[in-house]
Amino acid sequence: MDPSTQLTQVTGPASTAAPDGAEPDSAAAYRATAGSVEFAALRRALLRFVFPVTVAFLAWYALYVLLSAYARGLMATKVVGNLNVALVFGLLQFASTFLIAWAYARYADRRIDPLARAVRDRMTGGGTGS
Amino acid sequence: MSPIAAAETGTARTLTLVLFVLLVAATLAITVGASRQNRGRADFYAGGRSFSALQNGLAIGGDYMSAASFLGIAGLIALYGYDGFLYSIGFLVAWLVALLLVAELIRNTGRYTMADVLAYRMRQRPVRTAGSISTIVVSVFYLLAQMVGAGSLVALLLGIKADGTFLGMSAETAKIVTIVLIGVLMIVYVTVGGMKGTTYVQIVKAVMLLAGAVVLAVMVGAAYKYNLSGLLGDAAAKSGKGDAYLSPGLRYGRDLATGAQTLVSKLDLISLGLALVLGTAGLPHILIRFYTVPNARAARHSVLWAIGIIGGFYLMTLALGFGAAALVGNSAIAAQDPGGNVAAPLLAKALGQRYLGGDLGGAVLLSVIAAVAFATILAVVAGLTLASSSSLSHDLYANVVRRGQASETQELRVARVAAFGIGAVAIVLAVYARSLNVAFLVALAFAIAASANLPAILLSLFWRRFNTRGAVFGIYGGLLAAVGIVLLSPVCWGGSSTYRAPAKLSAAQAADCGVPVAATSVSNPTALFSCTAPAPIPLENPGLLSIPVGFLCAVIGSLTSAERDEEKYKRLQVRAMSGAGAH
Repeated sequence: MDPSTQLTQVTGPASTAAPDGAEPDSAAAYRATAGSVEFAALRRALLRFVFPVTVAFLAWYALYVLLSAYARGLMATKVVGNLNVALVFGLLQFASTFLIAWAYARYADRRIDPLARAVRDRMTGGGTGS
Repeated sequence: MSPIAAAETGTARTLTLVLFVLLVAATLAITVGASRQNRGRADFYAGGRSFSALQNGLAIGGDYMSAASFLGIAGLIALYGYDGFLYSIGFLVAWLVALLLVAELIRNTGRYTMADVLAYRMRQRPVRTAGSISTIVVSVFYLLAQMVGAGSLVALLLGIKADGTFLGMSAETAKIVTIVLIGVLMIVYVTVGGMKGTTYVQIVKAVMLLAGAVVLAVMVGAAYKYNLSGLLGDAAAKSGKGDAYLSPGLRYGRDLATGAQTLVSKLDLISLGLALVLGTAGLPHILIRFYTVPNARAARHSVLWAIGIIGGFYLMTLALGFGAAALVGNSAIAAQDPGGNVAAPLLAKALGQRYLGGDLGGAVLLSVIAAVAFATILAVVAGLTLASSSSLSHDLYANVVRRGQASETQELRVARVAAFGIGAVAIVLAVYARSLNVAFLVALAFAIAASANLPAILLSLFWRRFNTRGAVFGIYGGLLAAVGIVLLSPVCWGGSSTYRAPAKLSAAQAADCGVPVAATSVSNPTALFSCTAPAPIPLENPGLLSIPVGFLCAVIGSLTSAERDEEKYKRLQVRAMSGAGAH
């Protein structure tokens, strides 16, 4: 086994193996933090938003693509003037993208950032029990 | 040609050339200025992590929106109506994947390259090798497409006709000179300016692109009194295709003669949609942009800015495309360039004539838009060259070959040599391929990013069981699947078959293929290997097949290996989600 692999198993992998700036936080600190209440809260808050919303917008986009491929008649129906369903649907995709981005920004600002800060503080402040 | 028309072309051409030269001078000045601040690796690879969210958002927009976004999509909308819009929606929705799943986590986990993240909890050397090869392949394919496209584009923008001369050069020579010049410039931007120089060039380009699009869109609005319905109606009427122009189906997912051909056409549309929406978050030159800001929160804000900028821009291309169809006309556009790239410049000329004053006004606006397109090309190729050379030096040289024992100076020297080398190879290949239809390389780059990179990134961040073999299988599996399918696709084999309808050939195309003009054996006259042999896999875009294959390979690879490291996974998640210990 070469020395760099041995080192890796003791201290955990460096994101680069470069000699400058070895990982500042020890494996013990990470272990303690990973088991902490703060981290559990952060993980839950993040995944509870990100996974369902991703599934939702991908499904919405898939609907748009499938209708564009298979429901030409529906898409060609005029809504107002020369604007048809296809155009409205397309503009809705734009609107939903902006909306989701804005919603995530607010959620991250209010819920995720404070929790992330708490986890970071726990790491550097030294975990007193998990 | 009448003397007036000749003089007009002369004015436009001179103005365009002058603007090009000014642009090159300005970007070089920026690059040299930026180079003075470059001290070490963090500066070269990540711009010192000193860019603000707005600056990075603009740079992301500048890096992402290529000449294909600007000229290509406007042209696609002008010629085919709605289907161009469909294309731009995929490009935008893709950014939600980057925002929600990738940007902040990458910023917290990695340091300089995409492979930093992939290799975080794996065995370094095999995963870094795979990640680096994928990075270089995606970036070089994309780069080739940009450079070959640039050759034809600049010829178009300068009004160089196939049989004409320009500054004493034939059209062919002018194309080659353009490709070489762009290649040299991108090498200089990267070797001298690193990420800092590249970022500033991208910011300048983004501002120019937005300003140009706004000016044109406002003028189109003025022409139609901001009545969208009126604009659409006029465009549809002038297109000669009536209402079908405003609905999906003229270009993608067409209803064809037989059921089988129609099915394949629709599957191609779905495949394209999938590659676009999943590929963006796996493009290495986009991912490294997230490293240039101080922390993950800034990375998030950069992407928010980028979504606003990119979304706003694509909305404006609606006005540009339909405006060109209504005010310039499809026949005029297609006559100069069947690909439609000339739609936006011609629109600029028409609007300039109408609102700025006669032929001179038209020439001025045309030159400005041409300069914007040129800036667009420079910004994107610089970003691609930087991404591939930094991966070569940081992943392959410093970590795989030197096992982390290289000094900073050595690593930076290799990075610069790599930029020179990759740039030189790209120039040679682009010159060699300058007459080929290489637009498919961009779609292929997206497909590889979605099939090889994204599965590895997502599974590494979110799946406990993922391990080294999974990462390696996933990356190589996705890469080979995407490339392999394209090699067996109608892109390479252009014969008509049960699944691919015969195309109507122009005289030139028929001659190139060696068939009579009325032949029905050719479906894709620009196919790379053969015009008449049919493709074993009738899909033009590999995404629908290669993306699931990529995910599957990653999963199977993980499950068939006993490697399991709970601790490293927890460590990765703590770091990625909270930023604790991030660089």
